[in-house]
Parts: sequence; C-alpha cells; structure tokens
Amino acid sequence: MYPLKYHKAASVDDAVAILTKGDSAKLLAGGQTLLATMKQHLAAPGDLVDIRAIAGMSGIKAEGDTLVIGAATTHAEVAGNSDVAKLCPMLASLAAGIGDPAVRHAGTIGGSIANNDPAADYPAGLLAVAATIVTSKRKIPADEFFDGLFTTALEEDEVITSIRVTRPKRAAYAKFRQPASLFALVGVCVADGAGGVRVAVTGAGDDGVFRHDGLEAALAAKWSADAVKGVKVASDGLLSDIHGSAEYRANLIRVMAGRAVAAS
Amino acid sequence: MSTGIGARVKRKEDKRFITGKGKYTDDIRGDNQAYAAFVRSPHAHARVKGIDIAAAAAMDGVIAVLDGKQLTGDGIGNIICGWAVSSKDGSPMNMGAWSALATDRVRYVGDAVAVVIAESPAEARLAAEAVEVDYEILPANAHADRALSKSAPQLHDNAPGNLIYDWEIGDGAATDKALAGAAHVTEMALTNNRLSPNAMEPRSAVAIYDASDEHYTLYTTSQNPHVARLVLSAFYQVAPENKLRVIAPDVGGGFGSKIFIYPEEITCLWASMKTNRSVKWTADRSEAFITDAHGRDHHTTAKMGFDKDGRIVGLKVDTIANLGAYMSLFSSSVPTYLYATLLSGQYNIANIHCNVRAVYTNTVPIDAYRGAGRPEACFVVERMMETAAREMGRDPAELRRLNFVQAFPHQTPVIMAYDAGDFDANLDQAMAAADVAGFAARRKEAASRGKLRGLGYSSYIEACGIAPSAAVGSLGAGVGLWESAEVRVNPVGTIEVLTGSHSHGQGHETTFAQIVAERFGIGLDAVSIVHGDTDKVQFGMGTYGSRSGAVGMSAIVKAMDKVEAKVRKIAAHVLEASEADIVIEGGQVKVAGTDKAMGWHEVGLTAYMAHNLPPDMEPGLKESAFYDPANFTFPAGTYICEVEVDPDTGETEIVQFTASDDFGTIINPMIVEGQVHGGIAQGIGQAMLEQVVYSDDGQLLTGSYMDYAMPRASDLPFFSVHNAATVCPNNPLGIKGCGEAGAIGSPPAVINAITDAIGNNNLAMPATPQAVWNAIQAAK
Ligand SMILES: Cc1cc2nc3c(=O)[nH]c(=O)nc-3n(C[C@H](O)[C@H](O)[C@H](O)COP(=O)(O)OP(=O)(O)OC[C@H]3O[C@@H](n4cnc5c(N)ncnc54)[C@H](O)[C@@H]3O)c2cc1C
Repeated sequence: MYPLKYHKAASVDDAVAILTKGDSAKLLAGGQTLLATMKQHLAAPGDLVDIRAIAGMSGIKAEGDTLVIGAATTHAEVAGNSDVAKLCPMLASLAAGIGDPAVRHAGTIGGSIANNDPAADYPAGLLAVAATIVTSKRKIPADEFFDGLFTTALEEDEVITSIRVTRPKRAAYAKFRQPASLFALVGVCVADGAGGVRVAVTGAGDDGVFRHDGLEAALAAKWSADAVKGVKVASDGLLSDIHGSAEYRANLIRVMAGRAVAAS
Repeated sequence: MSTGIGARVKRKEDKRFITGKGKYTDDIRGDNQAYAAFVRSPHAHARVKGIDIAAAAAMDGVIAVLDGKQLTGDGIGNIICGWAVSSKDGSPMNMGAWSALATDRVRYVGDAVAVVIAESPAEARLAAEAVEVDYEILPANAHADRALSKSAPQLHDNAPGNLIYDWEIGDGAATDKALAGAAHVTEMALTNNRLSPNAMEPRSAVAIYDASDEHYTLYTTSQNPHVARLVLSAFYQVAPENKLRVIAPDVGGGFGSKIFIYPEEITCLWASMKTNRSVKWTADRSEAFITDAHGRDHHTTAKMGFDKDGRIVGLKVDTIANLGAYMSLFSSSVPTYLYATLLSGQYNIANIHCNVRAVYTNTVPIDAYRGAGRPEACFVVERMMETAAREMGRDPAELRRLNFVQAFPHQTPVIMAYDAGDFDANLDQAMAAADVAGFAARRKEAASRGKLRGLGYSSYIEACGIAPSAAVGSLGAGVGLWESAEVRVNPVGTIEVLTGSHSHGQGHETTFAQIVAERFGIGLDAVSIVHGDTDKVQFGMGTYGSRSGAVGMSAIVKAMDKVEAKVRKIAAHVLEASEADIVIEGGQVKVAGTDKAMGWHEVGLTAYMAHNLPPDMEPGLKESAFYDPANFTFPAGTYICEVEVDPDTGETEIVQFTASDDFGTIINPMIVEGQVHGGIAQGIGQAMLEQVVYSDDGQLLTGSYMDYAMPRASDLPFFSVHNAATVCPNNPLGIKGCGEAGAIGSPPAVINAITDAIGNNNLAMPATPQAVWNAIQAAK
C-alpha cells in the first residue's frame, strides 16, 4: 500500500469536500474491494475518506412500502433485517449469498454498487426491482446508474447516501457461483415490481449487468418457470473467460431464470 | 489411557498452534533487520538489456539494490537439479543455467532480476517498483505440447527443441507385440492438470550474517533444512557448511513446495553479507502463485491391452512433462522414477513401456507436489481400468480384482518390487462401506429428482519412504535417502529425540513421542522431539514422500535399540542380574520374576553419575543411528466416489467418498485419518477445482484466489475412511506411510464417478461445472 492520508468524514458535506480538494481522493466503505486493490498497488489514492461513521449512512428503515437502505449498510445487516424480509425478501437472500461471512460483515451495499463489478450480485437485484440510488446530489434510477464494467453514473465528487427499493409483487434471485471467487458466474434476478416485469442478469454480460428482453416478455406473458424454458438465450454479447464460455453462460441464464421464478 | 502405538493421542503441538504461539520464519527478527523485495519480470520471455537502479537507490530507506551480475560476480553458483536423468540414447539431461537473479534473460513471469534491500518492507517494495529494467520481449510458450514443435520459442541454448530428456522404461518391443495380440485395446489421451501448491504459510527467509566470524544463519520455510544447507553450501557456494546454520522453525504446510532451494533464500543470504544486515523476505500470496514450484502438468496418451478373459497383457504410455522454465531441485525425477515405476498399479502386467519427454516452457518451474509422479501414474492406470471395463462391458471392480497382484513379493516390469499387500481386502472393505450393492437403487432415486448419479473406483498403489540410498543413487539421485536420529536420555530419565525428519503439519511431536514413550514405559510429556535446526540435529534428509514414519521413525527405533542395550547392561550390573532377564515396563527396569527393580530415572542417573557402571562402559545415555531402508514401502487401497450431477448446469456434488487404505502399522489413527482427509481434499481439488492457467504467451491467468479455485469445506463430503492393513516387512515398525495416498488415489475415483454419471468418458480435470456441462452436451 502506498502512503496516504486517512480521514474519518463526519458528514456527507465533509466527505464531498475532501473528495473535491483531496489528492485523487477516494471514499472508503467496507474496504473489501478498495483495500485489496490498494495493497496490490492497483489503486493509489492520496486521501482516503471513510464514510462509515457519518450519521444516517448505515441502517435500514421502511417508509410505507419503500425500503430505505443506508449506503454503508453491510451485506449482513441487509440479510438479517426484518423490514427487508417483509418488503423484499429477495434482497435479504441475495445479500446472504455474497462472498463469505467476513465479507458480508464488512462489505456495504453502497460500496458494491459504486464498484459495479460485472459479477456482483446487487446490480442485478437493484436493476430488477427498479431501485433508486440516492446520492449527495440527486436521485438516480437504477436503469441509469449501472453503466458498464466497473462504471456508474456517479461523478467524481458524488457520494451514494441511500438506496430506495419499493416493495415488488414478487421477486427472486438465483445465483450460480464462480467456483474460485464465489461471485456470480451468472446471477439472474426476476421481479414483478415498480418497473414492471424485469429480468436482470449479472456475471454474464460483457458490458456488465443487463436486462433480458426475451425472458421479460415470456414472464410478462406468463409468470412461470415453464414459460422461461422455451426462451432462446443467445450467447452474443456474453462474457467468455476461463470460468465459462459465452454458450455456457447463456445456458445458465435460462436455467437460473427458471430457478428464480420457481423460488419467487 | 494408552499413548502407545495405535492410540488416538491428541496432538501435543496443537496447543502452541491453536493459541497463536507457533513461531514461524516471518516471526523471527534478526539483529539490525532489513527487508528484501524482488524485482520480477512481468514478461514470460525477454532479454534483459539493462537495469537502471539510480531512481530506486535514491529512495527513502533503501540500503542496496543488487542484481544478477553482482551475484554471479561474487561466485554464487547456479541453481541445480539434483537428480540426473539421462535420455534413452545415453545422453545426459539438458539442464539450462538458472541464476538466482537473472543476468541476461528472463524465462517466466516472476523470474527475479534484482533485489532491493531497505529499512522496511514497504520501502523495499516501493523501490523495487522504481527499478527500471529494459526488456526486449521475446516470443513465449506456456504449453508442454507446443514446446517440442519447430515453431516454439527456444528457452535454453543447451536444450535444442526445448527437450530436457527423452527417457524410457520397460520393454517397448515386447509391449507393442502384446498390444498387437490383445483381444481389446483401450486408448486414451489424459492430461494431469497443473496445480499451485498453496501452503497456508507463504515462503519466507531470514538471513543473518555475522561478519565477525563470517557465519551465516538462515531461518527458512523448509521441509529439509539439512538438504538446504548442503545444497546452499556445496552448489551455490554461499558459505561452507560449518559456517552456515539453517533453521526451519514452525512451518505452515509444504506439500513438496518447501523441499526445494529457491532464488530468494540464496539471494537473502548473499545480500545479508553484502549489506552486513539481517535480511528478511516473506512472499505475499501473489508472489507465491508466481514463484512456488507448481505440480503435475503431464500430457499423456496410453494404450492398455486385454486378453479375451479381461487380463491385462500390456500397457504403453507416452508422456510429455512440463518442467517449466528451469529445472528445480528434484524436477527430473518426478515424471520418471516417481511416475513410470508405478504404472503397474495393483495389477499383474507382464509388459509395460513408458516414454517420457520433459520440456521447457515459459512457466514457473514444476517439481514435486503431494504425491509427485504417483498421482499422475495412478490417474493413467485407474482411468484406463475404468474405461476399459466400460468398453468391454465388465464390472470395473471385478476387472480390477481379476488383475490384482495376489502373491508377494511381486516384481513389476518397471523396477518396483511390491513387498506386501492385500488388494482384495481393501476393495472388499471399500465396497462394503460404500454400499456398492445399493448403488443402483440410489441412482434410480436420484434420477427421480433429475440428478445423474455415478460411482467410480480407484485402486491405487504408491511408493513411499524414499528409499534405499544405493538404489536411488543408481537411478541418478544426487543424495542418499536414509534418515538419522539421536535419542538422548537425560539424567532424570526424560528423553529428547533429535530427528532429521521435519514436521510441517504432520504431528511428529506427538507420533514420534508415542513410540519412544511406549518403548521405555514413560509418559508422553517426558519425551520431546527436536528437529529443524542444523546446529542441533547432526544430519537429516527431511520430510517428503511420506518418509517420516517409514524411514524417520525407523532411525529412532534403531537408536532406541542401542539405548535399550545399554540400559540392560547398566541395570544388570546394578541389580546383579543377567542382561537377558531385564525387562523395561511401567517406568521401571526390572529383573524378571523377582522384586528387584530400579526406576527408569535411576538408570539415567546411574549412567550420568558414572559411580557404578560396568567396567569399560562410557558414562552417559545417548545413542544415534542412521537408517537406510531396504526398499520403498507400498501403501495401497481402494477409493470409491459417488457423485450427483445436475445436468442443467454441470454442477457436481460428491455425495459419498469412501476410502480403504493399507498403510501398514498405524501409530496414531487420528493423525493418519487427518492425513487422508487432507489428501483427499487436495485430490478432489485437483479433480474438480484447481487449475493453473497460462495464456498462450505465458501470462498467468490464475494468479489469485479469485481465479484459482481451492477446495472449501463446503465442496467436500464427510469422508468415510477405513483401514485394512498388511504389515510392511521392510522396516522395524511395519509402517508404509500415509501422507500422500489421499491425493494420489482420489482424482481418478472422482472422474470415474462423474463420467459414469454423465455417460461420457471424455472429461478432463478439473471437472468444473462448465467442463461437465460441455461433456454432457457432447454426449447428447
Ligand atoms: C472474498 C470476497 C468475496 C466477494 N464475493 C462477492 C460476491 O459473491 N458478490 C458480490 O456482489 N460481491 C462480492 N464481493 C465484493 C463485496 O461485496 C464488496 O463489499 C463490495 O464490492 C465493495 O463494498 P465495500 O463496502 O467493501 O466498498 P469499498 O471496497 O470500501 O469501496 C469500493 C468502491 O466503492 C466506492 N464507494 C464506497 N462507498 C461509496 C459510496 N457510498 N458512494 C460512492 N462511492 C463509494 C469506493 O470509493 C471504492 O471505489 C466479494 C469480496 C471479497 C473480498
């Protein structure tokens, strides 16, 4: 790790201020991604702004039918929260399937979506339920937030403060793990919610999380695992790497979509 | 409760480990400690045109920046392979030069070109990044099967065509003839996948130079500190042996990877002298992936012929073995004498021929990894047996049984003479424990859930305890493979055992103490095991090849025999009895049939007081012994794996894994079962998860646990482990060895089970969900 200056931000404004004037400053949440890249000298922020102590940054509350999840809320908290279990159990089970216990108790929802790893779980879940990402500047619909591999709509000096999820009629997430990392080789979230019937796929797209039109059409017509079976999933635009070919991922998208529907 | 042979004694060393009191190399701090960081090649193959150290040398905390020209200029020798294997035309192997720091060319990603010594690890690492190396990038090749092609880049000038040797064993003409006359011939192409060892503790070295008497101390993560000292001294000319002390303190796993002498240890010793500072280096995990010797990487075609009754008539094997960019310490022996000599398996095979071509590629050097050659042999034989049974429509267990060696000793056509075994007993025990009879019903039930269930066997044999020094010497080994021990009885009767074996997870502090405590009738706590320090233990060959029981303990027994002989003399003298009437039991040395006795501690005291010893007897009670085995030992057994495959995804679950092993005498069943569990976990890792992948041009694609899949507890079933033993006739305890069997026997059982489930025999390791799914699609 290169030498750097650590700041514990007291407020969102404080964090934004350091981000603006710091030396390639970066926000630190759970550190599960950022610290590893810093240790490998792949990232070298001069200023590191820890946002976890900011009041209101973590924790979950229900506002009517809408869940408001603080950006610094850990995966373990989401997995174990009773409001999440009531309003969107899909998110609880998604969070419970991230990494291992150590990762789940440190990693945060804000860090995960800011990082937008193409194999991360939250992007599929949040895109499928048409969540809203609330930042220090604005409210960004999930459709506009996720923007390709490790890229988001966030600006340099923008801090995610919370994520808003409106209770879907039904939703479920099915994940097939990459054997080494346990990230999603393919993860499929099916939802019938604020954004209508949606199928969001992570792990498989060569440009990050995406929605699958064919599967959405089939499920909009009939919400059943059988409806998914007949859908052709093309391998165009899918990732091919040492863990899975595009054809294999295409197969898994169909299989996982069916399993998600069955579990919904 | 008994603590003797056969008792499940809890490990004495675990209190230390579990409470965080273990002392590993990285816990050592030398006087005036400085830290090393290596500058490593990011290219798989390149010419080093120049090294600019100016910027690095000027950085904070930097003490020195040293390169290969300085190292060789100081007379530090090249790294050698210590086992000479000749080609079939009699020519010696083509060993390319390997300098601890490259001078003119780098040959794999990770090859070290320079080292920075600095006041802190962080400063060393920052400065290492600032060393500018001018590389002229050369074409590279990572793949063994391509290494021999005309278009492949040439790695070493003295190894034309990248060929290290073209070696054979057995009678080729007779084998061809037998196959030509066979009623059925099974032919397969088999790859043994390349593995990264991944010991929990990364490699580390602390070199401490004392200028006042030109003495060096090296703390290092080694499985064999004496061999390290010998090689560092004799071949690398770091220091004469009497000026070099090597200590391998607690070591957190080796699996073979810590047998070898690596560039980092040599460089740290030399740099310590150059800078007159203690120099420490500890690998991080990324560095481990690109520097710890890898294992396996065999590419084989094989033919096995059978007569009309199903008896094997011949086996012909052709293997290309990847040895990486340079020849590591024992690399040459692994795909030859540790591999082809086991190709007879548990079977009567009159004709065997094996040809092995070892090649250079732009990859991390390959050397022994848990099993070393024997897993590769077992995989060939046991995949062939299962496939042949399927092709001939025979029951795979019965085909094996029909061909089992029944009479011992049994001379195979490939050097080995099996001394004892009962292969039927292990097969029967495994089949009963696995409830093979109920498999058909289980398969049917699984099908009702949409799952494909399969069952696979592996009847393995391996050779352990390496081995008679004269025999391995005649095969080219550069060392003798005996072991030494010293048993010191203190004046109060407590005992220290100094052993040349090294414990890095095996539990020697417990098992070695068990045999000593039982022999002299004293408590386990009265026995301490000392190992791992060349200043304490006179010599030793170390721990690998499951040799610590069969060879290391045998040396202890020999030393105890001498102690006992002296004890008898002393007791007979003091108690005025005949030596033949002396018995040692329950902490007492007695005259049989009388009430005359002295306490065990009194014998020690008598020996050291020397007031009342037999005439001409030397005072003291301390004996040493060297034990050179008469033969290898031959652990064997049958493993049965049962799997369920999800046809939609290719995901495979091992639902049952049954092992029946013959390890000879078992000192501590708990520790032996632990070894089997760990070995099977590694074998399942190889069969289903682990794979080092290089891009065609030699970039490592699996350089972290994000891409290199290690087995996790959740990937493994509860193992059903059993024991049906015959006694090894060739050592005093009857021990065969258990350290590697699990890793040797399990991979073919797993693959045989999966291929049985999916109905496609063409499946390579690792059988990842993707690979299994592909095989299912191909069979449709
Ligand atoms: C072993 C392991 C296994 C894992 N397995 C999975 C898995 O199965 N599925 C999965 O989805 N993920 C997995 N992860 C990733 C994990 O979920 C991380 O927690 C997550 O990617 C990053 O969250 P973090 O809180 O640790 O963020 P950090 O590492 O602290 O930060 C990540 C990035 O986000 C930025 N950032 C953080 N918070 C904010 C914010 N509020 N506003 C704007 N930017 C912000 C940071 O500046 C940084 O660039 C795994 C990680 C590990 C180490």
